[in-house]
Amino acid sequence: MQHRILRKARVLFEVYLAQMVEYRAEIYLWAAAGVLPLILLGVWAKAAESGSFPLSRVEFIRYFIVAFLVRQFTFIWVIWEFEELVSSGRLSQQLLQPLHPIWRIIASHLTERVVRLPLVFGIVCLCFLAYPEALWVPRLVDVGLATLLLTFAFWARFMIQYMMSMLAFWSERATAIEELWFVVHLFLSGLMAPLDVMPDGVRAAAELTPFPYLVYYPTSLLLGHGAPLAKAAVVLGIWSLASWGLQRVLWRKGLRSYTAMGA
Amino acid sequence: MRLARVIGLFWWTSLLAELEYRLNFVLAALSALGHLVGNWFALSLFYRNGSTLGGWSFPQALLVMGIFTLLQGLIRTLLTPNLTRLVEHVRTGTLDFVLLKPMDSQLWLSTRRFSPWGLPDVLFGLGVVLYAIDVQGLWRIGLLVAVAPLLCSLAILYSLWFTLASISIWYVKVYNVTEVLGNLIAAARYPIDALPQGIHRFVFTFVIPVGLLTTLPARILLGDHLNGTFGVSVLVAVCALLASRSFWRFALRYYTSASS
Repeated sequence: MQHRILRKARVLFEVYLAQMVEYRAEIYLWAAAGVLPLILLGVWAKAAESGSFPLSRVEFIRYFIVAFLVRQFTFIWVIWEFEELVSSGRLSQQLLQPLHPIWRIIASHLTERVVRLPLVFGIVCLCFLAYPEALWVPRLVDVGLATLLLTFAFWARFMIQYMMSMLAFWSERATAIEELWFVVHLFLSGLMAPLDVMPDGVRAAAELTPFPYLVYYPTSLLLGHGAPLAKAAVVLGIWSLASWGLQRVLWRKGLRSYTAMGA
Repeated sequence: MRLARVIGLFWWTSLLAELEYRLNFVLAALSALGHLVGNWFALSLFYRNGSTLGGWSFPQALLVMGIFTLLQGLIRTLLTPNLTRLVEHVRTGTLDFVLLKPMDSQLWLSTRRFSPWGLPDVLFGLGVVLYAIDVQGLWRIGLLVAVAPLLCSLAILYSLWFTLASISIWYVKVYNVTEVLGNLIAAARYPIDALPQGIHRFVFTFVIPVGLLTTLPARILLGDHLNGTFGVSVLVAVCALLASRSFWRFALRYYTSASS
């Protein structure tokens, strides 16, 4: 039994890895599309020269380079894929297979990361070449903890978005809800500015949402400033468990109203 | 005249099609509101700690942000719906049908769709611009002059977008090239002076002329006399339009009509 599951996983992984390698140009473009932190790096580094911020110029530069890297781990597109599956009716074929459709989507997300990361590390190296004063060596413990937090953050974000993609059963434009979600993500995750420069009230509110644990805290961990790991586990845990539960309900209801149009 | 009627029809039919998804309008308006609040908040973070963005005061920087929001709304309304479709046409081979139509293919591809979902951004952007003008007491009839550089910005953006989308003739799966462009344009939400010298200034002056896109219209609204820079903007816009035109003609020679 266990052996068969492992074999399935291996086959899925290999198939999707081959596919991702084939489409590497596209993946590289997606990686480059995450350029926003590198733009803000410039703006904040310049602003830090004239104002009194909790972070120095070099710290801002370091923050945004690492934020760019960290952000790449939590790129999730399950809602676009699922919407396409439902609205084109291709979901029907997958429902006939003895494998839940989500496993294919998970495999594609994981293998994509393998293809994406070499380029991302390349860009990060270029950044440190451009700003050698920002170069620093993270502690091994911090790298380990940040990887752990990122893995957890990846699953939480995946689960939340997967829950939202269930809307595709009722609406042809389920992605609109993700766009709305992303607006909040943009401003509260630490992509636009580190949480250190935000008012305390906003920061406290943000910490109850999953957003800061996707970008700000993994970055902060890598930089050696630490992170409230217990809080992260609780918040991410609650959000992902609630999404998982809701997703189960919506999946069952949705399948009943699924009309397999176009198939 | 006939052209105007055709485009009017295109937009009317797309509007009708999109109105099928009325709930989306609520979501689009909410996300536009979220962007507005978020951008305002993010901008205020620079000023909370006694810094300025390249010497711009908060209301002045707000003007740039308003123009940026306005442009983004126009991009969402006019550009992205059409140009994502262009890539789709190439991929499926339906570009054949477009080429057979008795209308210029570039014009058809650029005007066929109209998406009302960007309109909340347009409205909010205008609102911020008007608010920033009001706060600074800038009201005067000469403000209308700023429409000219804005049109140039739109022309530059359109040309960049269309040229990138035409690359799909060779590399089919490039619809996310425009995604990269869309993310680079994010730099236009701040005045160009907020960017440091070096690589940032270089990219956002020569690759994507951020200074021309939002900073120039804002400075004209502020009453600066920038005839020289405005001249450059017109020149860049005209050249960009011509370039996108000839690039499209060039690309079409390589179109091999997939799956037909």
